[in-house]
Amino acid sequence: MELLRVENLEVVYNDVVLVLKGLSLSAAKGRITALLGANGAGKTTTLKAVSGLLHGEDGEVTDGCVLYDGAPIHRLPPERIVRAGVFQVMEGRRVFEDLDVEENLRCGAFTRPRSSFAPNLEKVYAYFPRLKERRKQLAGYMSGGEQQMLAIGRAIMAEPRLLLLDEPSLGLAPLLVEEIFDIIRRFNQSEGVTVLLVEQNARAALSVAEHGYIMENGRVVMEGPSKDLLNNPDVQEFYLGLSQGGEKKNYRSVKHYRRRKRWLG
Amino acid sequence: MLEYYLQLLVNGLVVGSIYSLVALGFVIIYKATKVVNFAQGELLMVGAYVCYALTVQAQVPFVAAFLLTLGFSVVLGLAVERLALRPLIGEAHISVIMVTIGLSSVLKSLVQLFWGTNIQVFPEVLPNTPVFIAGMPVSPVYIAAFALSFLLFAGFSLFFKYSRLGIAMRATAFDQQAAQSMGIGVKNIFALSWCIACVVSCVGGVILGNINGINAQLGYMGLKVFPAVILGGLDSLLGAAVGGLIIGVLENVCDGLAKDVLNLSGFKEVAAFVVLVVILMIRPYGLFGTHEIERV
Ligand SMILES: Nc1ncnc2c1ncn2[C@@H]1O[C@H](COP(=O)(O)OP(=O)(O)OP(=O)(O)O)[C@@H](O)[C@H]1O
Ligand SMILES: [Mg+2]
Repeated sequence: MELLRVENLEVVYNDVVLVLKGLSLSAAKGRITALLGANGAGKTTTLKAVSGLLHGEDGEVTDGCVLYDGAPIHRLPPERIVRAGVFQVMEGRRVFEDLDVEENLRCGAFTRPRSSFAPNLEKVYAYFPRLKERRKQLAGYMSGGEQQMLAIGRAIMAEPRLLLLDEPSLGLAPLLVEEIFDIIRRFNQSEGVTVLLVEQNARAALSVAEHGYIMENGRVVMEGPSKDLLNNPDVQEFYLGLSQGGEKKNYRSVKHYRRRKRWLG
Repeated sequence: MLEYYLQLLVNGLVVGSIYSLVALGFVIIYKATKVVNFAQGELLMVGAYVCYALTVQAQVPFVAAFLLTLGFSVVLGLAVERLALRPLIGEAHISVIMVTIGLSSVLKSLVQLFWGTNIQVFPEVLPNTPVFIAGMPVSPVYIAAFALSFLLFAGFSLFFKYSRLGIAMRATAFDQQAAQSMGIGVKNIFALSWCIACVVSCVGGVILGNINGINAQLGYMGLKVFPAVILGGLDSLLGAAVGGLIIGVLENVCDGLAKDVLNLSGFKEVAAFVVLVVILMIRPYGLFGTHEIERV
């Protein structure tokens, strides 16, 4: 059963720049799906196409569709999509710096009934005790890690069915990355929320996800269960930074080029 | 002599509280939408004339007329945002500024068309026997004006601090796209900003009408919001309040001084702008404004 299905999606920025070139993927209900790829591959664009945030950026879906629970959503404004249960945690945290922690969390709860605010707040504070300690602090004065917790806390307040996470590990120390991924996993398991996780940190992402997609240049070039991807030599080389033996460097770089060509084909 | 200056101070505070209201409207629009609204003074004028039309021409009792004017200003705010500003979302700043300048001419012409250019006087709502405060005679309408401005400010401060929509407006002002990602309808927030700006300006207009009477030059009041908001900081509500009061007091006291000491009259009109130039030189982000804020 899939909650999200993206079919042959084409996205154009400013009427000229074609960034997604027929991208297809799906996210299974209640599971974590990873979307990996190099800088500029179009991962963020994919998430924005799902959450509707493209509209404000001169980005447009020119072909294909985004099906959420079987219904197309790519023509809806973002507030409707959030109300339908899709919530994107944007790249770079994007907390409201001159609002305090609790006010930020209230923004996350904007689309939810008042009655669910208090229990959800308790839930967020249970996941992130550090946010509770700093509840009256301005978000702008918090550390990067605390801001990322706040960004995810806002998402929890929104009670999403589909959570889109854009590089939650960005700029965090390894221990904190582990903590954040652990919370993502716990949130996924206890609430049954479906997660689409975009990451540069392929190893961390594949360790929590059941299934992964690798994209390059606006297309999916490889997909499979996380275990298979972790064991795939190409993935190991390009995304996990492992290489087998250093001697045949020249040959390897040629081969590298060929492989890229094939992926693009 | 001291009495003379105290009287000027009181006048300044009352006029200043009206500047504060208009400045509040300006700051709310600027914060939420980054639009510099050159029609703020004309919104005040329209409010004053609508209330005048209701009380004098339609003989509606003042309180009812006042409430109707509030209702009208909400509709006006929605209409202006929808018809004039929304089509321009995402356009260059300069085009948006030109539209607000155009809007100010349109509103001015409409007022002249309907009501002519003569001074019109409101009926007296409050008794005009002065109340004595610390031995100084103050007209009740002044007290009411000041109290009403203060209440509006307090109300909106609470609204922005505690209400769901107020917090959403602050979030939108800080980061529009992030606000959208929370499910906050940014277009609704823009419309709401214009509504609030219209309401506070129209209230300012009604107050002013009760004090001074109204004419078609009332819109120039709007020019005074620039020294007020630049003194207070373009993006600060508290700054709008304090800036408006300071400008009101300064221009009255300076004018009095100029008359008294130098035998000069007409200094009132320029005092505020002298202050403006000085602030821009020494503290361009204002008393309470954000430092890196963009100046227009
Ligand atoms: N608003 C925009 N207008 C024009 N081009 C854009 C816009 N946003 C992104 N792009 C372009 O689209 C391409 C894909 O960008 P995107 O942000 O989706 O990549 P990404 O995979 O998220 O990269 P990263 O890992 O660096 O975040 C890039 O070449 C980028 O320059
Ligand atoms: Mg990205």
